[in-house]
Amino acid sequence: MNVRTRSALKLGLRYAIAIAITLFFLFPIYWLFMISFKTADEIYAYPPVWWPSTLQFGSYAVLFRDGDADTVWNSLVVSGVSTVLAMFFGTICAYSLARFRTGGDHLANWIISQRMVPPIAIVFPVFLLYVWLKLVDTYAGMILLYTAFNLPYVIWMMRGYVLDIPVALEESALVDGCSRWAVIWKVVFPMCRAGLFATAIFTFVFAWNDFIFALVLTRTEVTTYTVQVTHYFGGQSNFWSKISAMSVLGTLPIFVIVGFMQRYLVRGISLGAVKG
Amino acid sequence: MSDLKISGLHKYYGALHVVKGIDLDIPAGEFTVLVGQSGCGKSTLLRTIAGLEVADKGAIEIGGQRVNDLAPRDRDIAMVFQNYALYPYMTVFDNIAFGLRARKTPKSEIGPKVAAAAKMLGIDHLLERFPRQLSGGQLQRVAIGRAVVRNARLYLFDEPLSNLDAQLRDEMRGEIKRLHQELGKTMIYVTHDQIEAMTMADRIVLLREGVIEQQGAPLDLYERPATRYVAGFLGSPSMNFIPAGVVANGAAISVRLGDGTSLPVPAERAVGLGTWQGKPLMLGVRPEHIGPAGRDQRPGLAPVQAVVDLVQPTGSRSYATFQLGGVAAVAELQAHDVSRPGERLELSIDMNRTVLIDAATEKVISS
Repeated sequence: MNVRTRSALKLGLRYAIAIAITLFFLFPIYWLFMISFKTADEIYAYPPVWWPSTLQFGSYAVLFRDGDADTVWNSLVVSGVSTVLAMFFGTICAYSLARFRTGGDHLANWIISQRMVPPIAIVFPVFLLYVWLKLVDTYAGMILLYTAFNLPYVIWMMRGYVLDIPVALEESALVDGCSRWAVIWKVVFPMCRAGLFATAIFTFVFAWNDFIFALVLTRTEVTTYTVQVTHYFGGQSNFWSKISAMSVLGTLPIFVIVGFMQRYLVRGISLGAVKG
Repeated sequence: MSDLKISGLHKYYGALHVVKGIDLDIPAGEFTVLVGQSGCGKSTLLRTIAGLEVADKGAIEIGGQRVNDLAPRDRDIAMVFQNYALYPYMTVFDNIAFGLRARKTPKSEIGPKVAAAAKMLGIDHLLERFPRQLSGGQLQRVAIGRAVVRNARLYLFDEPLSNLDAQLRDEMRGEIKRLHQELGKTMIYVTHDQIEAMTMADRIVLLREGVIEQQGAPLDLYERPATRYVAGFLGSPSMNFIPAGVVANGAAISVRLGDGTSLPVPAERAVGLGTWQGKPLMLGVRPEHIGPAGRDQRPGLAPVQAVVDLVQPTGSRSYATFQLGGVAAVAELQAHDVSRPGERLELSIDMNRTVLIDAATEKVISS
């Protein structure tokens, strides 16, 4: 076997392993999508039906008709708005910490430690507070909560990105005629664009995936899709087609966002996010 | 009229006193070089002038206006940074136009101004490129272009050539000097490189540990240094310092070195030296003022014997190291005046050009 054949074989083997691993992780998603298009018989059929005979959109139609699909919209609103707010305020705080050494050397560590609090430990105190503030089951309440919960993460990540920007770039802009705010807008944001997007995605995904806060702090008005899915698990039976259709609706926005921002995501994560 | 006036300027970083009471008066149109070793406060001084650091004490006036409390953008300055400070996400054109846009210059003026600046610096064919597509020299030209495109009162350069290789540095040195002649603007240039300071400056301000050690025209500092530090800092290879004493013999004064060598001082330079008899001094001799004996018959040449320890040819000249008065000294000779270590040479020191330094205070007592 010559060198060329051996390297071709090695490459082939690598591809085979990569494809096998990818299939392994993609299978649950495939299965989720398929269940949502199956009839009840096909869902429970044994041996399993790998591909439905006809694609059924009935489950989706029901979700939209009953208004259950609105919960995806609620998720989008609370996740989207809280992400924008957390990114804006978090980046400004991060800039202050990085450039003006606000709070000394250890404030950043203290801030990130806030993120380590398990949600379950604070959800009931927050609930009592929200009852008093009349924020239970409101957009404002959920947005405020996710913003507050995500801020430490945003501050910590963005501080690393800001520290990576050469100070001379900002000083040069200051001399050239920019105010500090203009510097943030014209230099800091573009310079850490990859980091901004990567952090925003993680921030969004946290709010999007949250279950415990949404379960305790919403009722009927701003129920998010994660809570809605649980309504289809019954004592007598589970509505698998609804569960899967709702899950698909909840997964699609993430697919779209990550698909668009994949370029930034990879670069953003690998860029100096670990500056101490 | 002075363009920049600094009086009693102090700057601290916490407990560290970096700039210790600087007074400086720079007339309009002058090219001033702040030079000194790293940590002498030259960059801090420049940054304080720019407003990037806050002055702790003292006043800074630009064009007659006190600017201590003004933001950098309101000081009418332009600055070139050591690491170029170009925005990687903008083209060369946008980089140069950045300052104009930040100052809300009408769009119709930006294009011609950027084109003119780019042409002046020979980068007009690079305007559509991004910084990552440029070489070090081109990047520095763009950085300079960013500054000159704005019609500022004061131009500040913070070690702009230290990232370039030697050949490019020589080229850019000439370029910046030419630019100064064309624009006639007041420029302040920071460097640790004494050759840059000597070749570019109208005036050198030599800083040491946060104070001005000496300032003046380059050749004044070179030929008439006020202290041992200045004498040693300017010139390459640097001045030889040999422990010495003054011996008076009637009206004749000579300098006696540690090994007993006696070097007669020309009469016109000996005035007042008699009072230094018995006090420890240093004789300062520049390498180029030691030459082969006998080639020149001018008065004031003092012969010395030398056994060469080390030869460093540079092409046109050769540096020969030998023992003089118990210490190693360097002579700058013609390339073929010296060939190998161990060679015996008859040299002469031009006593018209030497300096005598009080060993206790390190101040020059005769130059």
